[in-house]
Amino acid sequence: MDWRALSVSLWLGVGTVILLLPCGVWLGHALAARHFRGKGLVEALVAVPLILPPTVLGFYLLVAFGARSPLGAAFQSVAGQALAFSFPGLLLASAIANIPFVVQPIQRSFEAIPPDVRDAAACCGLTPWQRFVQIEVPLAWPGILTAAILAFAHTLGEFGVVLMVGGNIPGETRTLSIAIYDRMQAFDDRSAGLMAAVLLAVAVITLTITTVLGRRVGRRRG
Amino acid sequence: MLRVSLRHTDPIPLDVAFTCGPGEVLAIFGPSGSGKTTILRSIAGLFTPHEALVRCGSETWVDTASGITVPPHRRRVGLVFQEYALFPHLTALGNVMTALGHRPRAERRRRAEELLDLVHLSAHTQRRPAALSGGERQRVAVARALARDPAVLLLDEPFAAVDRAVRRRLQDQIDEVRQVLDVPLILVTHDFDDVVRLATHLLILERGVVLEAGPLQSLTNRPDLAWLREAIGLGSLIEATVARADASRGLVELAFDGGTLVAPVRSLAVGTRVRVRIPAREVILATDAPRGLSLHNVLLGSVTAIHSEPQLDEVVVQMAVGNARILAEVTRDAVAQLGIVEGSRLHALIKSVSLEVQPTLPLIVEGAESKTGRGRGGSSS
Repeated sequence: MDWRALSVSLWLGVGTVILLLPCGVWLGHALAARHFRGKGLVEALVAVPLILPPTVLGFYLLVAFGARSPLGAAFQSVAGQALAFSFPGLLLASAIANIPFVVQPIQRSFEAIPPDVRDAAACCGLTPWQRFVQIEVPLAWPGILTAAILAFAHTLGEFGVVLMVGGNIPGETRTLSIAIYDRMQAFDDRSAGLMAAVLLAVAVITLTITTVLGRRVGRRRG
Repeated sequence: MLRVSLRHTDPIPLDVAFTCGPGEVLAIFGPSGSGKTTILRSIAGLFTPHEALVRCGSETWVDTASGITVPPHRRRVGLVFQEYALFPHLTALGNVMTALGHRPRAERRRRAEELLDLVHLSAHTQRRPAALSGGERQRVAVARALARDPAVLLLDEPFAAVDRAVRRRLQDQIDEVRQVLDVPLILVTHDFDDVVRLATHLLILERGVVLEAGPLQSLTNRPDLAWLREAIGLGSLIEATVARADASRGLVELAFDGGTLVAPVRSLAVGTRVRVRIPAREVILATDAPRGLSLHNVLLGSVTAIHSEPQLDEVVVQMAVGNARILAEVTRDAVAQLGIVEGSRLHALIKSVSLEVQPTLPLIVEGAESKTGRGRGGSSS
């Protein structure tokens, strides 16, 4: 059992959620509530990571993170370390790969708020920000929670992007799913089986939590 | 005073201009799709027509000509939505408190409780909308609209989603609210019952255009408004005061500008101002005063107008009784037999049980009286 890999996986999952959720709530809300030029294009771009093979996404991210790219060079000069094959690079890649899993449920749940309720909030004298905080976010909460859980669970299972961008550096970028693959290659079926079971358990637990919380929220609303 | 002038072409054409003063209840009446809700949304700032001018008192809320558009949250508007649009995640109290942001934090809770008390919901302050009945939700919506301390109160089909029995109680509720609130009140409805029970003024809208507008009395007394006949059956409205109450016989005498009416109403005190509706179908015309009839109400008047439509057998006769106008719906044949022409002196016979008597509220009566005077000059067409 590779505990360090489990730790990397969990941190990566938590980090992805923390990094992505505020952006996802903002973007999901904007896509649900506003009409702007190029909205269709933005929605398409959000969905791209869903259908792009992870290795293709990983390849482009790796190119973008490289020392010769503006992003890679900028990170290098600020942080003093390369973005590619590092935990921060992996985190950024993971966040990008998870955009659709976060934005789409959040967008749907904002869209599900009846327009009259939004309008009523405005007529109650709430500013756009107050409406967002006091009315829209609480009502979209089940979708936001779903997004967080999906992103977390999906990050634990991500393989292609992680392998391309992170490589396989123990304690830094070797996640549990990579470690499982690694152990299988070494004919260490016992370790691979144990780690697979841990991932399965984490998946079941997170989904149970989501379902229970979702139902509680649903009951509260009646 | 609220001044509204709106023009819009697409998708629903709209071309209306009207005013509504404090204490007035303007009913905007029309079929669905006639643009009623769009008018309310434009006043609230949720929609901006191509050309719009909305002024409330000294404030300009929208003036497209000079590019002024105040966002909805900075207009002091209380809007009761058709489906109430309560916040499902908040309790009744929370819903009302949401609209109290302009008051000091310390006051909000107490004020919200007061308002829920006003709409008789103090027992349910901690319930969420899902745990409230349709009528209770409507009352929360009304309390929430009042919480804003609105300069204008807008009601969008406020009784459409509740059944008939609840409707009556809610209408009374709005009546009560009207007493404590001296602001323009606009009521959108497609049910004439709401108009008769609540409105002081009426604006009839069809496909975005004003068909008729004016004080309620002058409009309902017009014999030529054929659609009114379809909506309620034609009738005249008379403002009166309870002159005598005979509890033993269960009757009241109602004095109006032209005589007295007797109606079977028990619970009215002497001095109460009432509005009496006389359905045109219930009025019988006679050339001589009848004898030996079980009739309380015989009014002498002169015919001011006779209105007939070729495709209808009924003819509407308008009579002046004192300063009041009474409408009678009779057959073409009866008009011919009695030889009724303009200026004929006739007796109008009205069964007391057919009178619909409703108290008007003190606040409204003041406004209604002045308006009646104004309206009469132009309405006796």
